[in-house]
Amino acid sequence: MSSNDGRKRVALALGACAFAGTLLYFVVGGIGNNLVYYWGPTEVLAAGPKAQGASIRLGGLVEKGSIVKGEGSNMSFTVTDGKKSFPVRCTSVPPQMFREGIGVVVEVTVAGDGVFESHRLMVSHGNEYRAPDDPASVDLKKLMDSTDGIRSPDKE
Amino acid sequence: MTAAIGRGLVLVSLFCASAGAVAAFAAFLRKSSQLTSIAVRAAYGFAASMILANLWMVAALLRNDFSISYVAQVGSVDLPTWVKVVSLWSSLEGSILFWGFVLAIYIAVATRSLNESHGPARPAAIGVWLLCATFFGFLIAGPAQPFGAVANVPTDGPGPNPLLQNHVLMAIHPPFLYGGYVGMTIPFGLALAALLTGRLSPTLLGTIRTSLLAPWTFLTCAVVLGGWWAYEVLGWGGYWAWDPVENASLLPWLTATAALHSAILTERRGVLKGWTMSLVISSFLLTILGTFMTRSGIFNSVHSFTQSAIGPTILVFLGIATLASVVLLAVRVDLLKPDGELDRGASRDTAFLAQNLLLVLFTFTVLIGTVFPLIVEAARNVQMSVGRPYFDRMTIPIGALLLFVMGVGPALPWGSTSRDELKRRLLPPLGLGLVALALALAFGVRTPWTLITLFFAGYAAHVTLFEALRPARTRMKFRTDGWRKAFSQDLFGPGLRRLAAYVAHAGAVTAFIAIAVSSTRATSLERSLQQGETMKLGRYSLTFEGIEHTEEAHRTSTIARIGVKKDGIELAPLRPMMNQYQNQRESIGTPDVRTGLSEDLYLSVMNIDEASGTIGILALINPLVSWLWIATVVMAIGGLMALFSSMRVGHAAPATPNFETAPVR
Repeated sequence: MSSNDGRKRVALALGACAFAGTLLYFVVGGIGNNLVYYWGPTEVLAAGPKAQGASIRLGGLVEKGSIVKGEGSNMSFTVTDGKKSFPVRCTSVPPQMFREGIGVVVEVTVAGDGVFESHRLMVSHGNEYRAPDDPASVDLKKLMDSTDGIRSPDKE
Repeated sequence: MTAAIGRGLVLVSLFCASAGAVAAFAAFLRKSSQLTSIAVRAAYGFAASMILANLWMVAALLRNDFSISYVAQVGSVDLPTWVKVVSLWSSLEGSILFWGFVLAIYIAVATRSLNESHGPARPAAIGVWLLCATFFGFLIAGPAQPFGAVANVPTDGPGPNPLLQNHVLMAIHPPFLYGGYVGMTIPFGLALAALLTGRLSPTLLGTIRTSLLAPWTFLTCAVVLGGWWAYEVLGWGGYWAWDPVENASLLPWLTATAALHSAILTERRGVLKGWTMSLVISSFLLTILGTFMTRSGIFNSVHSFTQSAIGPTILVFLGIATLASVVLLAVRVDLLKPDGELDRGASRDTAFLAQNLLLVLFTFTVLIGTVFPLIVEAARNVQMSVGRPYFDRMTIPIGALLLFVMGVGPALPWGSTSRDELKRRLLPPLGLGLVALALALAFGVRTPWTLITLFFAGYAAHVTLFEALRPARTRMKFRTDGWRKAFSQDLFGPGLRRLAAYVAHAGAVTAFIAIAVSSTRATSLERSLQQGETMKLGRYSLTFEGIEHTEEAHRTSTIARIGVKKDGIELAPLRPMMNQYQNQRESIGTPDVRTGLSEDLYLSVMNIDEASGTIGILALINPLVSWLWIATVVMAIGGLMALFSSMRVGHAAPATPNFETAPVR
């Protein structure tokens, strides 16, 4: 191999590294700004100010007696995991299964007044998974998993 | 008893595959034609027994033979016949069995068409195919055994997942996807054979191209059919959500498209051999990664049936295949010496390179966004997903650049050329680009990326049309042929391959336009309606007229009848519904779509409350969506034309080069 060949190779390798580095920088930056966290009410509280403005998939049960229907399709209710509860405001039409005590996952951002603004409301629909009556025994991971299959458009 | 026969057939296929793989590699090492013919016979043996096992399962599904575990799991007496047949791929075990079926057909056809002229690459390729067949035979015989014996034979079963019974596309989408996914095994085997033998002959390169075209065509249809299914069944109003399972089907398509293009450079210039092989190998590995993601249950979707031991097994196979490929590439790629060099500067060579880099960039972006949550969950046990904005923001610029290259590339000549010639070629298409831009502005499009995309699309459309017709026009001019004769040379002569490429490009340009417009110009409204109440959406007024019911053997449907008026003119009513399936707790909505060439009216019911006579409804106007389906058909036709032309070349003696096709090195 001539030295010219070797220099060419080094240049090529450097170019490839620079390309990959730039790519990684953009991709990681892009991902970092668009992560959606899967949290329960307790974890949201633990995250504190970090939760402000972040996209969160909040999982839990609809608290008994908390559903208040407003004008048109406006609605509010409370999501609980038995320990902590959070109020959620929602403008989308709820799915057929939506009712008190059922497992839900709402994709939310935290509004200024500490209320969750819901973009997307999903009801747990797994055939194997049935929402328990006692909110404290909710298995969040299972709840999230059994809800994921239903999709709705992301609204930005 | 019937289950035992099925198990026997699977074991025979597993034996043929493993024995054949050993024979093939021994034949490769010892250059023994005797061992090669044993391997060939074993490949046919695998194919025959695997196909029989599948037919056996379909027969059992049709006969409601609940003594077979898979039938007991997904079968039901009341199902319509077509649902019974497609139940073969409606759940985990059956879908892997069906994978075996498709693999059997591919291996049989590929083994038959590989002839002596491939030399030592022949046993090497057969060996790799049969190794893959061994793995899937093992999956079917072990972790995903569909022919289990049932102790207490039930009289009826639950039937397949209702979401899958809900639409006839369920019968069409999976076979196309398997045709694409499984078919990547064939070029993968050939690429490894090239590395093993250390030689990529023109014959072998041609065979790799042909064997890529078939799965590429299937996969093109499958990606869009998956989107169409989501559109017609899931009821959220769109066709693409950057869902992991959708990405899984897109990833190998991207690399396969890149491979088809870089193979052209390899063929013409004798360069980028290792790169082309890497793309072919990546396409295969991405299909296995996709299978792992969709089948292991790590992403919950309609595709992940249950948690099972199959996930880790596929992961191990993926690891071994990746390791083997990387090692082979590292050790042998230097043997694939270039026979020429690329032209630098503003030439078509450069455009091909740019296209390849962009497609690989696209693949990486989607791949990282898809697997990132998995890695984070494995490392830190935090559940998360990557939001749709990431995918949109990253892929839209790459897509627009691809469209730009698709316009400029074919306009550029091979090799370097004069500045005047460049101007003569590159300037005229600007006309149609500007027309497209003006039209978009007139229709009120203001989104920058949509405007850029439409401008590039106009440019690319001009170039594609012009280049597609150029050989025929030249013939008409210089030979004073009639247009019929001039075109018949492209359709039935050696010009077919070139024409095929531009037909595929025409489809791609159309798809770009449809995606850009439908994703940014949709209007939607979500509301509760009382019976008799009317809501307005654009030029439509929608009235909730009443609730209807239908009963079928396997489901009952509650239908919301919606009267539709457009500009005050009464149209046929739409009937979005909720379906309640037997043995299922929840009901599933089915949207109703009024399809048109300029726009779709899409209605989906979120809930129906019969007691109070109210429904929750999602209504959308989606412009140009039907053009995405049309574009896919056009691309698939392009793929088929290319496949046909390249098979013809493969069988006959190499065609005499005409003035537009390059001599094959």
